[in-house]
Amino acid sequence: MGDMMNTLTKTALGLAAAALAVGGIAGPAFAQRDPAYENARSAGQIGEKMDGYLGIVAGETESLRRIVNSINIKRRAVYSDKAQAANATLEEYAFAAGCQAIMKTVPGEKYQAPDGSWQTRGAGAPQRDPRCP
Amino acid sequence: MTGQQLTGRARLATPGTMQGIGKARGLKAGGNRVALPILASLALAGCVTVNAPEEAIVIELNVNIRQEVIYRLAADAGNTIDENADIF
Repeated sequence: MGDMMNTLTKTALGLAAAALAVGGIAGPAFAQRDPAYENARSAGQIGEKMDGYLGIVAGETESLRRIVNSINIKRRAVYSDKAQAANATLEEYAFAAGCQAIMKTVPGEKYQAPDGSWQTRGAGAPQRDPRCP
Repeated sequence: MTGQQLTGRARLATPGTMQGIGKARGLKAGGNRVALPILASLALAGCVTVNAPEEAIVIELNVNIRQEVIYRLAADAGNTIDENADIF
């Protein structure tokens, strides 16, 4: 019993320390967007889709395709890991992330509305799927 | 030749035979005349009426389950986006 409590306490302390460490370095450690991606995004060439991936809004070019494909492959890998950990399917997790990613767009950026059309994010809330929280 | 032999063995259906069968059945049914209402009432008493579910209910359930999952994943997905700011 004592041993078990000790282990539990150690685990809790370890988790707390880990959380503190992550929280402490969170800001500076998180990588920023690639400038080419950032520019295409703010120019409205690339938008957030409902399914959790990026899409080319208009004027498809080879360089835009490269940016979108490269990021979508990375997103898929992240979704896959996180979905497994959360006991959900890849599609469910990606969709949930899409809800959040559309919510996090800033005015001027493009996102996909529930009817499939591309919309420009305004000052208000974006149009999202009714299943989004 | 063989065909004739087979036909010869089979008993021909005659009006008399058919009437006999009918009579036998009629007698049997008559014997059960008291038992039948009892059986029927028993069956009715133990009967639970179950209506077939409408299709719309099934679809609604699917939507609810999915939405529930999305709600459950919302916070996790939000953190994932923040932790991978370079690809979001």
